[in-house]
Amino acid sequence: MKDKTVQYIPAVRENAALGLASGAYLAGKKSCVLMQNSGLGNIINALTSFNLIYGVPVLIFMTWRGFEGRDAPEHIVMGKKMLPLLKELGLPYRVLTDNYKKDIDWALDKMDEFAIPAALILKEGMIA
Amino acid sequence: MNTRQAIEIILSRLREDDIALFTTGYISRHAFSIKDRDANFYMIGSMGLLSSVGLGIALNSDKKVFIFDGDGSALMDMGAMAMIASHKAPNIVHIVLDNRSYMSTGGQPTISKNIDFSYVAQACGYKRSLKISSVNQLRKSFPGILSGGGPVFLHLKTRDESPVDAGRVSIGPEALSRRLINKITEE
Repeated sequence: MKDKTVQYIPAVRENAALGLASGAYLAGKKSCVLMQNSGLGNIINALTSFNLIYGVPVLIFMTWRGFEGRDAPEHIVMGKKMLPLLKELGLPYRVLTDNYKKDIDWALDKMDEFAIPAALILKEGMIA
Repeated sequence: MNTRQAIEIILSRLREDDIALFTTGYISRHAFSIKDRDANFYMIGSMGLLSSVGLGIALNSDKKVFIFDGDGSALMDMGAMAMIASHKAPNIVHIVLDNRSYMSTGGQPTISKNIDFSYVAQACGYKRSLKISSVNQLRKSFPGILSGGGPVFLHLKTRDESPVDAGRVSIGPEALSRRLINKITEE
């Protein structure tokens, strides 16, 4: 967020964030969304009846709350269902590794190739 | 004033470069059948999302962005009004065509008869917020609406007796995106 070349825009909920980032793309900019995985539930309609059919790629960084069932109760179900949901939606996704630059390049390639959003999953400790 | 008249009046006053985004359902269908143009974008799905997309465009472009929402779609994602106002996008004109019904699913009533959108917009911090309920008033509000900065909010009280014959948007969604990107990024 200290990087002056990147504009940070707070959004009120995850689908609004995806909409904003998609608008930036339509205006010729690259954009990404940062969210907790509970928000995956909030963006499914935006994905299925906007991004995936309009060919609007956005990079989505998603935290993995509920990883291996070790978290507060509200995160357990999504923690378990997140990867199957992404797979079912047909979104390219990858769990971010220490070699994150390579992972980001992989996601950007997929977005270019298919003109759809891609997701990079962050495990605990990767962002503050 | 009905929805179609309101869209017709505004569309006829847009400059060639002004971006016009139309929400799901009859609002898109009316606009497409009145006057399709390269700077028009029709949201056929994702009801409620258009205003966020419009903000994303406006913050990344110098063009004027007209967002045509309905009462149903505006209510669905009312947080987007808070975002548009908070980010003070000067180039946005956000229009809510309020016929108090979900017209494309059979005219079921929304709750908008209880909601004064122009106050909501004012409370969120839009630079200007107008409530308009007649064709004459709408005509008179131009060109004033277009000068003096934004975001501007127009609450248009409309009346639609029954669905008007307006064909579906016949351009595919991907083609709509490409067309809009080309229009916004052209030199």
